[in-house]
Amino acid sequence: MTPFLYERATDAQTALALGSRDGARYLAGGTNLVDLMRETIERPEILVDVAGLFDQIEDTDEGSLRIGAGVKNTGLAADRRVRERFPMLSQAILAGASAQIRNVATVGGNLLQRTRCGYFYDDAARCNKREASAGCDAVEGFNRNHAILGASKACVATHPSDMAVALAALDAVVNIESQDGHRSIPLVDFHVLPGETPQIETVLRRGELIAGVTVAPNGIAARSRYRKVRDRASYAFALISVAAGLEMDGGVIKDVRIALGGVAHKPWRAIIAEAALKGGPPTRAAFEEAAEAELAAARGLRDNAFKIELARRVIVDTLSKLADQGVR
Amino acid sequence: MPILQDALQAVMKKAIALAPDSFIPGGKPDPLIRHKHGLIGASVNRIDGPLKVSGQATFAAEFPMQNMVYAALKYSTIARGRIVDIDTSAAESALGVVLVMTYRNAPRLKPMPPFMSQPKAAGGDDVPIMQDDQIHWNGQPVALVLAGTQEEADHAQSLIRVTYEAGADGVTSLAKAKANGSEPGLFQGEPLKLEIKDAEAMLAAAPHKVDVRYTTPRHNHNPIELHAATLYWEGDRLRIHDTVQAVAHEAWTLAHVFDIPEEHVRVTSPYVGGGFGSKTLWQHQVLAAAASRLAGRPVRVMLSREGVFRIVGGRTITEQRVAIGAQEDGSFDALIHTGTVAMTPHNNMPEPFILPARSAYASKSFLLDVETVKMNMTANTFMRAPGEAVGTFGLECAIDELAHAMGMDPIELRLKNEPEKDPTTGLPFSQRGVDQAWKDGRERFGWDKRKAPGALRDGDWLVGMGCATGTYPYYRMPGGAARLTLSREGRATVGIAAHEMGMGTSTAQTQIAAERLGLPMEAITFNYADTDLPGIVLAGGSQQTAAIGAAVIAAHHKLVEELLKLAGNDSPLAGLKPDEVGGLDGGLCALEDESRCESYASILSRAQQDKVTVEAEAPMPLELQHWSMHSHSALFCEVRVNTVTGEVRVSRFLGSFDCGRIINAKTAASQFRGGIIMGLGLALMEESQFDERTGRIMNPSLAEYHVPVHLDVPEIDVMWTDEPDPHTPMGARGVGEIGITGVGAAVANAIFNATGKRVRDLPITLDRLL
Ligand SMILES: Cc1cc2nc3c(=O)[nH]c(=O)nc-3n(C[C@H](O)[C@H](O)[C@H](O)COP(=O)(O)OP(=O)(O)OC[C@H]3O[C@@H](n4cnc5c(N)ncnc54)[C@H](O)[C@@H]3O)c2cc1C
Ligand code: SF4
Repeated sequence: MTPFLYERATDAQTALALGSRDGARYLAGGTNLVDLMRETIERPEILVDVAGLFDQIEDTDEGSLRIGAGVKNTGLAADRRVRERFPMLSQAILAGASAQIRNVATVGGNLLQRTRCGYFYDDAARCNKREASAGCDAVEGFNRNHAILGASKACVATHPSDMAVALAALDAVVNIESQDGHRSIPLVDFHVLPGETPQIETVLRRGELIAGVTVAPNGIAARSRYRKVRDRASYAFALISVAAGLEMDGGVIKDVRIALGGVAHKPWRAIIAEAALKGGPPTRAAFEEAAEAELAAARGLRDNAFKIELARRVIVDTLSKLADQGVR
Repeated sequence: MPILQDALQAVMKKAIALAPDSFIPGGKPDPLIRHKHGLIGASVNRIDGPLKVSGQATFAAEFPMQNMVYAALKYSTIARGRIVDIDTSAAESALGVVLVMTYRNAPRLKPMPPFMSQPKAAGGDDVPIMQDDQIHWNGQPVALVLAGTQEEADHAQSLIRVTYEAGADGVTSLAKAKANGSEPGLFQGEPLKLEIKDAEAMLAAAPHKVDVRYTTPRHNHNPIELHAATLYWEGDRLRIHDTVQAVAHEAWTLAHVFDIPEEHVRVTSPYVGGGFGSKTLWQHQVLAAAASRLAGRPVRVMLSREGVFRIVGGRTITEQRVAIGAQEDGSFDALIHTGTVAMTPHNNMPEPFILPARSAYASKSFLLDVETVKMNMTANTFMRAPGEAVGTFGLECAIDELAHAMGMDPIELRLKNEPEKDPTTGLPFSQRGVDQAWKDGRERFGWDKRKAPGALRDGDWLVGMGCATGTYPYYRMPGGAARLTLSREGRATVGIAAHEMGMGTSTAQTQIAAERLGLPMEAITFNYADTDLPGIVLAGGSQQTAAIGAAVIAAHHKLVEELLKLAGNDSPLAGLKPDEVGGLDGGLCALEDESRCESYASILSRAQQDKVTVEAEAPMPLELQHWSMHSHSALFCEVRVNTVTGEVRVSRFLGSFDCGRIINAKTAASQFRGGIIMGLGLALMEESQFDERTGRIMNPSLAEYHVPVHLDVPEIDVMWTDEPDPHTPMGARGVGEIGITGVGAAVANAIFNATGKRVRDLPITLDRLL
């Protein structure tokens, strides 16, 4: 670990002032940032501890839920309102990491956690994300956990979060504070694809602080699910995950949400599949066609080509079960 | 404990005769073997348990020391070549740094004699240790930093810049290693190759056959306690608090490396947080000792988890061919088990995966062979049941494949080929009850409910049952010796340089000593893992129970001789010979007449002695030359395989064991279960990601190197025949390693039964079942 200065911010304004300096980074639960600092992959000069800030979950006048960036993963998953209105969010969080990690990990940190690509974690390897134009050792190396959608020649890494996949499906909005004021960005636009600049992972600008996410009510809660497929029963990142929800109107799909995890540099909202399904019948054939359409652009690497078939199966199966299930 | 003691008081106790101190044909079995109502076999809590759960057990990295500095290692990032430049200036001027050691300033050290090259050799590898610019594997230590805190040392280490030049002779891909040619594997100095008749011809002529290939990947050791040592020098005497399963071997090897007398190295290792074959001598102890000498300060070295992956070897990759030719009735005409393993130029541990095939089944012909190829990688080493853990995967899957092809029940096929004597050596078995284990297990598991492959479905899940035999030999290595002290207060101390790695050795040996001496467990102190104690006892090969047992038997003889001498003519025991007395209720009694007794306290008081101390060596392990000695298990597994995702969940597991007499039901069951859990990992998830381009392991952390988590492990049921082996101390064979053997095959066979899909490459990840 490289030596650094540690400061604790007691309010948002102080945090922003401290966090806007060169070399400063926000510290929340530290479960990702500190790990990376130990490996000297991250070398911030100043850590601004924001762990105590934005730690509330509040109802808004519009019936939305505003979730503070500092809310712990455990607290969010356990919140009654979340479990009732957005059950897939609670399921996604509980499918991630371990109870101990969730007890300290925060919403803000979870959104900004970095890829688990083994070559990113090892500074003996070549990695464009760590060092511009260094090359990418994962393209022809171990890439079981890597992307099948939206990857570039420069980087084939995935975003590892489960929570963010559910938030993508829920049309969540990320609330951002800066010294210039606030702005809000839809979660699906918050993370970006790697392109030629894989070191850029989100639209967050230097010094900006995440205040939280807002989730608006929807009609899918009763038929929704987060399903995660991984290499052991617990405590492993997703090979494929699907956050899916259906709202039915008679025999027709009124609203459908599908987001995929473990497939891309960002939580992948399956807009092609959604468009194909909306207004149509909830049949297995329709789900299959929609999944095929979404995955038409998918490309496999040495170790991860199976994820294309796995994703197809999990999408179809999850939607079929949601369609078949009685509304709770 | 008190409850147990009360229960014991209730049964009539009998004096226990001295055990014979040899196990040759015609010899008398250990009387403890038939002793049914005492401590032997009871379910006794571990005596180190309370210390550990309350945090009072001091582990190697916890010994406080005045003026101590912390070590951090820097590892090479290429597999073969040389260091062109190594810039340590930034590290040297970093905060708290006391020393930066590289090959330029390290003291002269001899390479470690590697394991099995000499009786007490314990080196993981035999390359020069920081003596030159040469790199032999990706992860080799190239520099060591000492600093005032671990954080300072770690940081300074990260400031060292090394420039390398890759060597043209580096080999990091298996294909290239094979192209360079293979060599026959040697194990314990003997060739592994074995041929009986013309197995290929008999295979070709057999009416039924399988001929298939299996692969198993590299595994890394991950005991929960990281490798660590706290050490210092006093003149040319080295003192090490280590976490190690071979104190005597370590001391001898370090003495060789530093060119000092063996007695000048004192190693103790009171607690080991898991070893599994990995807690031996690797470069970190040598480098820390060298640096301590240079700096003149005590040093603590504790590897990071990544460090363990970089310098501590694991299980190597295997490619196996198993071919079996059988008659219509299932009897084997030919058993062929051959293949290739990767090794390094700097060690000599082939993964001897053919060992199970030597004695598990009868066959008219055999061809067994392990070829080795060389790669630049961390020296592979012993890992729980080296050879058997992966060898049983190939062998036991092939038997399942043959049974399926013949339409025979796989248990029947195994029992059909049950040998009467050792099929390759011709020796009689000392005891063999695998058939009983199968019968007991089959019933308990409900094997008769097994369906045809793919026939049982529960919602999205296909359900199947599989079985396999596990097997592990009895070993007893030469060199066992023990010290026994009996005090006038009726307390006994057993001292032997053996090891407690959490498996219950000290508890089991306390039970045994109490039983032999006729004392309560509370009166026994078992001292171990200290080079000041006698004995060269490797905690390996599941041999400790026997090795300690034989040494204690020998010491007990001497003690009783001594006591009878001291008792003299005024004792009720006057005139009796050692084999005419036994231990009972805190003293000795005549076996023929239990009213002729005298307490230890009375004997010693009359002799005006506070205590008697004796020391004796165990006899050579001649039993191994007269009998074929093996433990077995019959393993039963039920799996559920998801039809959508290919996810595998093990839903039930039963291990039915035949391991001789069980000394402590509780610790033995834990060893069996622990081995089975490790086997589930081997079957379904464990794999070191070795990048063949660079020879670097890419998942050196427990987040990415998967071992089973709680949710992956079902209730594991274990049972045992408890049939004593008349030719071993206490009738026991070791139980430390057998648990993992056969598990990979039991799981794979269950997956086949569930899905009809045969997966021959480990680990069986879900993509292999899509
Ligand atoms: C072994 C292991 C297994 C795991 N398994 C899973 C899994 O299966 N699924 C899963 O989803 N996750 C998993 N995780 C990741 C875990 O969810 C994240 O580490 C965690 O959510 C990060 O939150 P944190 O509060 O600790 O963030 P930190 O580590 O404190 O910060 C992470 C990043 O976020 C930035 N940051 C934090 N808060 C703010 C803010 N308010 N504004 C701006 N920037 C901010 C920090 O500067 C840093 O860059 C795992 C982690 C580990 C160690
Ligand atoms: S995939 Fe991306 S993160 Fe991984 S090595 Fe390549 S550039 Fe780096």
